[in-house]
Amino acid sequence: MTAYEIVVGIECHVELKTKTKLFCGCAAEFSDDPNRRVCPVCLALPGALPVVNRQAIEYAVKAALALHCEVQPFSRFDRKNYYYPDLPGAYQITQMFYPIAKGGYVDIETTKGSRRIRLNRIHVEADAGKLLHASGGIGGAGGTLADDNRASTPLIEIVSEPDLRSAEEARVYGEKLRTILEYAGVSDVKMEQGSMRCDANVSVRPKGDPVLGTRAEIKNVNSFKALERAVNYEADRQIDLIEDGGSVVQETRGWDDEKGVSISMRLKENAHDYRYFPEPDLPPILLDPERIKAIGLTLPEMPENRRARWIKELKLPACDSEQIASSRFSAELFDRTVALGADPKTAANWIMGEWTRCVRVKGIGMEAEPVKAEHLAALLGQVSAGKINNKQAKEVFEEMFDTGEAPEQIIQRKGMVQVSDTGALDAIVQQVLAEHPKSVEDYRNGRTQAIGFLVGQVMKASKGQANPGLANQLLAAALEAMK
Amino acid sequence: MNLHQMTVQALSGLLERKELSSSEMTESFLDQIRMKEPELNAFITVARDTALDAAAASDARRARGEAMGPLDGIPFALKDNFSVKGLPMTCASKMLRNYKPPYTATAAEHLLKAGAVLLGKNNMDEFAIGSSTENSAYGPVKNPLDARRVPGGSSGGSAACVAAGEAAFSLGSDTGGSVRQPAACCGIVGLKPTYGMISRYGVTALASSLDQVGILARNVGDTALILNHVASYDPKDSMSWPGAAADYSAAMGGGVAGRRFGIVKEYLGSDMDPDALAWVQQAVARLISAGAKVEEVSMPNMAHCLACYYVLMSAEFHANMGRFDGLRFGLRAEGDDYFSMVTGSRTQGLGPEVKTRILFGTYVLREAQYEKFFLKAMKVRTLICRDYEEAFKKVDCLLTPVQNGLPFLWGSRQGDSVKMAATDKLVIPSNLAGLPALALPFGSSEGLPGAVQLIGRPFSEAMLLGIADYLEQEGPRL
Repeated sequence: MTAYEIVVGIECHVELKTKTKLFCGCAAEFSDDPNRRVCPVCLALPGALPVVNRQAIEYAVKAALALHCEVQPFSRFDRKNYYYPDLPGAYQITQMFYPIAKGGYVDIETTKGSRRIRLNRIHVEADAGKLLHASGGIGGAGGTLADDNRASTPLIEIVSEPDLRSAEEARVYGEKLRTILEYAGVSDVKMEQGSMRCDANVSVRPKGDPVLGTRAEIKNVNSFKALERAVNYEADRQIDLIEDGGSVVQETRGWDDEKGVSISMRLKENAHDYRYFPEPDLPPILLDPERIKAIGLTLPEMPENRRARWIKELKLPACDSEQIASSRFSAELFDRTVALGADPKTAANWIMGEWTRCVRVKGIGMEAEPVKAEHLAALLGQVSAGKINNKQAKEVFEEMFDTGEAPEQIIQRKGMVQVSDTGALDAIVQQVLAEHPKSVEDYRNGRTQAIGFLVGQVMKASKGQANPGLANQLLAAALEAMK
Repeated sequence: MNLHQMTVQALSGLLERKELSSSEMTESFLDQIRMKEPELNAFITVARDTALDAAAASDARRARGEAMGPLDGIPFALKDNFSVKGLPMTCASKMLRNYKPPYTATAAEHLLKAGAVLLGKNNMDEFAIGSSTENSAYGPVKNPLDARRVPGGSSGGSAACVAAGEAAFSLGSDTGGSVRQPAACCGIVGLKPTYGMISRYGVTALASSLDQVGILARNVGDTALILNHVASYDPKDSMSWPGAAADYSAAMGGGVAGRRFGIVKEYLGSDMDPDALAWVQQAVARLISAGAKVEEVSMPNMAHCLACYYVLMSAEFHANMGRFDGLRFGLRAEGDDYFSMVTGSRTQGLGPEVKTRILFGTYVLREAQYEKFFLKAMKVRTLICRDYEEAFKKVDCLLTPVQNGLPFLWGSRQGDSVKMAATDKLVIPSNLAGLPALALPFGSSEGLPGAVQLIGRPFSEAMLLGIADYLEQEGPRL
């Protein structure tokens, strides 16, 4: 059987988090109330004209610099003409002929090692509106309703070269892209919410064949896991086709994540002729090197640099470094906490553990900065000073996360103290031993793990305030004495 | 003198001296409209109530001593492709029969803020496509000077309404001569300023890289006065020019001594109408006698201007027209799905000439032929611009005919797109180059006014108006 190679290129649309839309002053924020964030310009009323949002251009340049692209001193908008009910003007303003940035790359790490994925270009364009398919009929209207709140919000499209060689690489590329863009601070980069949307161009070819196979474009991928599954599915589908003596046709396919299959949406023969031409309502975008440089200076330290620095200077394990660097918010929290004197490994454990858990469970955005570095550092200080134990610290952390209060306040309010007084603990130890003769018996019979249960009982009896190390010590001594 | 034929400056004097109120003046123009319209058809919408309200407000300001300037209380009209909040805007199309824009075009806003009184919206060729107003879904406009002849287009209603004394002035739009050609047909002044000088915001686009708001007025002095009010940078139009504002009235009375004029060699051929040539020659004689220099210049690429213009204009037009799909505004046909609804709406809503241009624009922009048509036309456009640059190294101003003789007779070119297109070959090149150009009544034939065109360097409006003012004072008029 022939061995096949998977070839993937990814086109990724990223919503820029500007305050206003790309070509008008409407708020570029989500609204449940349809058609509220609209004006003559984004509704394409007769006579309305676009004006470029400077912030969007700066964000695009920032993203391009973070991705090592060559920002173009001259770029220009073009019109892409097609009819669709979510597109108010029947043309999308995009950059076909002269994109804002060319080249660039993303370095990825997979189980097979690290590889450099080249980028082709980045261009700026306006998003379309949204369609609501009202099966039951909203307000009796039925059919399809158009909501133009999203129309004309700014996007960048990041187009990779067909350099990816597996579904895993496609997923990791997407994740890495998200991390870098999050660092650049230009987008919310949320796949699930559509602020980052990846389309995969997938083809297969016999291993070693220099010619690219016919590709299919996979759309509607809503998570990185779905991206990996969709690429695998598509590669298998194409290989099966070829093995059965058929051939792949160029087409656009939609991914159905629930069913785990893709469905043909449009064949190449039916592809639109977009009739691109230069946008006559907008002057070209001219960027001088000074301005590009100034925008570059606003980028934070990027993930690969942080990771390398932590491994080298803080002796942080590589896998910890990787995980914490994967988000700008965890990375900045870590750097600031350590700068305030916390032990790097302990801080890393807390960020990878409790912080990550709380963010996930409570569904609070990391960007909301639910826990301040000052508070985390103070909390870790309390633990290392023996004022509270780890279990208490977790409780305090959760409280900090929920309320934003300083740990000292929470500790005081909850009356938390760690009982490290031998006399006070001894009484509890004696009481616990008296109440649990079975465990004492077990211990005597050589099942020393029974001491764990007894420590738990001491903690419980002390309402969690006992110093668990000391409790263990006292229990062991008492049990030995009873032998 | 008849009130309806007075200049803005004269009307302004009446208001200032309180010989007449704006309400009385507005009533009088509305009467004139009522009398003339059944025959003329220069208006699609007459905004009687809002006009009288605006006039009363102007009178109240004046009574308080707070009159805002020379346009306060002066009745005017707008081509019906300008958005004005609360008033219908049809673009002379069935597509927009019931459309009322929720906002006001910047140029209109400037006039309204100066206190001018909007009488209504002028008839035109549908979506500004045409040279005769024969393409209006609301019926053609009659030429007030000669009922057998067209009033020109596409701003034919604007030109006719000023010539017939229905308004003191009007604004139009000029993509390929649509202000200058009807002005010449109706014997008034038509100015298309430099591209970017007057905001296009709120004016329905025909071809965005060529469109410019223009002024139709009774004389050069009025044209300058109105330009003072509407020429200004608008952040809502990204192609508008910072620093467009100036006092153009100051250019009046400056004379032409020492100015260098160019006569375009390619416009002197045997295909030219003897009347058109005679008017240019008469103007040349006046200029020379006034101490100006006149020489012949060659502009070889003008021969390609029609082909170039039709490719670029149709391409941009087809894209600008995409928004008329019946979904968000305008006429909506019933349909089983989106595409049948769009097709139905456009089939019913748009006229034949508009459809032809959309098809042509769609054709020339097909990806496979982008280089053959669109890109080539862009290159030719550059060559045409260079012809002008070369000419303006030698001369300050070009003197040409506006059109090839008197306005054509009704129906003589309808349905013949090529012949109709050729009507505009003398006015189109300045749109391609974005240059200011002015049509001025000059000379006459068969009892009808003739016209000449002045074309200058970018932003040389002051100079053009000064020259036009001289020719207006000194030239042979009907």
